[in-house]
Amino acid sequence: MNFLEEKGRYRGIFAWIFSTNHKRVGLLYLVSMLAVFSAGVILGLLMRLELIAPGQTIVTARAYNSLFTFHGILMIFLFVIPGLSASFGNFFLPIQIGARDVFFPRLNLLSWWLFISGAILLLVSLFTKDGPADTGWTFYVPYSIRTGTNVSLTLFAILLIGFSSILTGLNFVTTVHRLRAPGMKWFRLPLFVWSLYATGWVQILATPILGITFLLVIAERFFGIGLFDPARGGDPLLYQHLFWIYSHPAVYIMILPPMGVISEIIPTFARRTIFGYKPIVFSSLAIAIVGYLVWGHHMFTSGMSDTAKFIFSLLTFFVAIPSGIKVFNWVATLYKGSIELGTPLLYALSFIFLFSIGGLTGLVNGALATNVHIHDTYFIVAHFHYTMFGGAAFGFFGALHYWFPKMFGRMYNEKFAKLGWLILFIGFNVLFFPMFILGWQGLPRRYYDYLPQFQTGQVISTIGSWLLAAGIILIFTNLIRSIIHGEKAGKNPWGGTTLEWQIPSPPPPENFEEIPLVEHGPYDFGRKG
Amino acid sequence: MYMRQKDGHIVSYGTYIAVWFGLLVFTILTVAVAGINIRVISVIAPLLIAAIKTLLVLSFFMHLKYEDGNLKMMLSGAVVILAIIIGFTFLDISFR
Amino acid sequence: MPDADIDIAVENEKDYTGSKIGMWLFLFTEMLLFGGMFLLYSVYRSIHPQDFHNGASELSIMIGTVNTIILITSSLTMAISISATQKGSRNLSTIFLALTIILGLLFLANKCFEWGDKFHHGIYPNSAELLKDSSGKVLFYGLYFVMTGLHGLHVLVGVILLSVMLILVINGKNNRKDYIKLENSGLYWHFVDIIWIFIFPLFYLIT
Repeated sequence: MNFLEEKGRYRGIFAWIFSTNHKRVGLLYLVSMLAVFSAGVILGLLMRLELIAPGQTIVTARAYNSLFTFHGILMIFLFVIPGLSASFGNFFLPIQIGARDVFFPRLNLLSWWLFISGAILLLVSLFTKDGPADTGWTFYVPYSIRTGTNVSLTLFAILLIGFSSILTGLNFVTTVHRLRAPGMKWFRLPLFVWSLYATGWVQILATPILGITFLLVIAERFFGIGLFDPARGGDPLLYQHLFWIYSHPAVYIMILPPMGVISEIIPTFARRTIFGYKPIVFSSLAIAIVGYLVWGHHMFTSGMSDTAKFIFSLLTFFVAIPSGIKVFNWVATLYKGSIELGTPLLYALSFIFLFSIGGLTGLVNGALATNVHIHDTYFIVAHFHYTMFGGAAFGFFGALHYWFPKMFGRMYNEKFAKLGWLILFIGFNVLFFPMFILGWQGLPRRYYDYLPQFQTGQVISTIGSWLLAAGIILIFTNLIRSIIHGEKAGKNPWGGTTLEWQIPSPPPPENFEEIPLVEHGPYDFGRKG
Repeated sequence: MYMRQKDGHIVSYGTYIAVWFGLLVFTILTVAVAGINIRVISVIAPLLIAAIKTLLVLSFFMHLKYEDGNLKMMLSGAVVILAIIIGFTFLDISFR
Repeated sequence: MPDADIDIAVENEKDYTGSKIGMWLFLFTEMLLFGGMFLLYSVYRSIHPQDFHNGASELSIMIGTVNTIILITSSLTMAISISATQKGSRNLSTIFLALTIILGLLFLANKCFEWGDKFHHGIYPNSAELLKDSSGKVLFYGLYFVMTGLHGLHVLVGVILLSVMLILVINGKNNRKDYIKLENSGLYWHFVDIIWIFIFPLFYLIT
């Protein structure tokens, strides 16, 4: 009997939403997050439809501001930040270290409940007071303090979601320290586990700063405290500092787990051990730490001192190095490997390509001279979509296909999966690549209207959004169908070597009949069985 | 790699009372120093004394002295991150 | 080759060290939460040193010192309570835990008195009286109310938490074999003390 079928104290939906089993919590997150992702895509499509022509097309300017605000909030706080940690991390971290569950299973369920409560409050905020927030997901003061839209409820919802993130990080760090199976030394951990560990620390140490910052904005709106209000001597720039002190490390929360998954997929589909296991480990930790030192690069044009600009720019160049190390190691792993071009590998390869474009354009953003020209333009929009979507989300879909047979005990249709990937890949590039050019030519972001000279790029981009949506629909349809009608999958359809491939698909409720004894590293393809 | 449970180390009442006494002394000290009007001292001294009091509370009341190196490293790391965050903000504020 | 250690790892409910690590990680998040406020404090004080000094002189050093001594003593009683449970002295543990709660309540009472006094003089966020003052003063009081307010909230939560622990000590659920909940509550309480150890000189003793 597997974890999907297990009968406990509760019946029906309650057996899931009151379950403390990490696999059920992981799936709860997966389903919720994919629903949110779909809503975010729809908002994106609406935005692109508005932008297909200058002037008003389908919504008012005020509504457009709320569209991009919620697109950002849903995608960032409810999809990419929880990301692979909340979904696949919950499902696979215990299994990959040889444990039966996370260290604090009830806290784990609480994390999901906080996540859902935040999502519901966000939904409520659409209909209360003056309507949904229109500040952008960055909530810069003083506008976020003055606007009549329902900023306070929105911020409170994000606070709940942030607390959910903190608890997940806390749970994972404790789990990795205390529940590794006998023989599972630190340097035998799978790289996905290392990425979750590093991410957990960032969740613990960075998220509270967002908490206090948003609390202060709420306090300012309700009590007029004045800490960010220039009329009362406050410094709006301090808001930006506090906001980015969290939100920059947050992008590493978003990208480290997907990088961890790539490190799982490539050895399996190249049938070779990973090249440079320890450098990948240390580069993950380096990214987590150096990530705290660069937040000012979001504020180069805000009025910071020259000294700050210089130092933040310099450090930003350093943070690119560990990511470069990973890319070299992944490519080196493929060299002379026995390559099987399955769907997960397609996602991994496109991750490397798209994330590299995103990362390299990050260097353009990080250089002070060029930043002045492209800050707050479409160049930035393209940059972060290449890293967050081309990187994190492609990694997410890669993980979804890689671990699908394990979670559901079924295989998806390979042909449709590959076709879905292809349409998604093409659609993604048609949608976002023109934005680099538009931005370079001077088109500002978050603008509802634009000069006619930019229309060609905007039209191409909007067409790309439709292709992208088609790809996503195909991918989801394939996967959902396969859960019900797919061919049954065995323990190890890919020939993987990490612990999750040694147990049945889907896994039994307690994961292992007997806690395994680990005697070698995670990507040992030399051994049989 | 595999930690067996250990019984918690029991700190004597006497040690606790001594620490408490130390904390009281430092409290009186910090109030006394508040009278001194030299710029550098008036910022550094109270912070230093607060740090010493904190170390006393951490080491004895919170048992950190008797804990595994792991925990001490984690705490140091978190404190360093906080210091960096505040310090780097001053790169902006002090040089405007 | 698999040895008896394996079962210990699996019984994570009884993993005392793991539970303790979880609590410390939570305290790190609290440290960063207050850390953001300390960041704002440092910046604004460096910009308005004179206003902050004036603001500090309007606070009662005596009440501040008394409150500091109250919290420090409550940390002592908390620590003794835990040692007592470890030694199996349930009555001693109960008494000192109750003392801790009482001291916490005393702290809160003082705080109410202080704030009440300020409100009485028309000093509260966004008050007309306060806004007449220079911006440095407005910022000082903004920070004062938010930081002591957030801290006070944490003391209140602590008092409630310790009251629950008191019940668990009295009915024996916290005992010499299993006292992790009490110990973790103690860690929380000491942390709240540490935050005050910094707030006190930074708001009351600015020369």
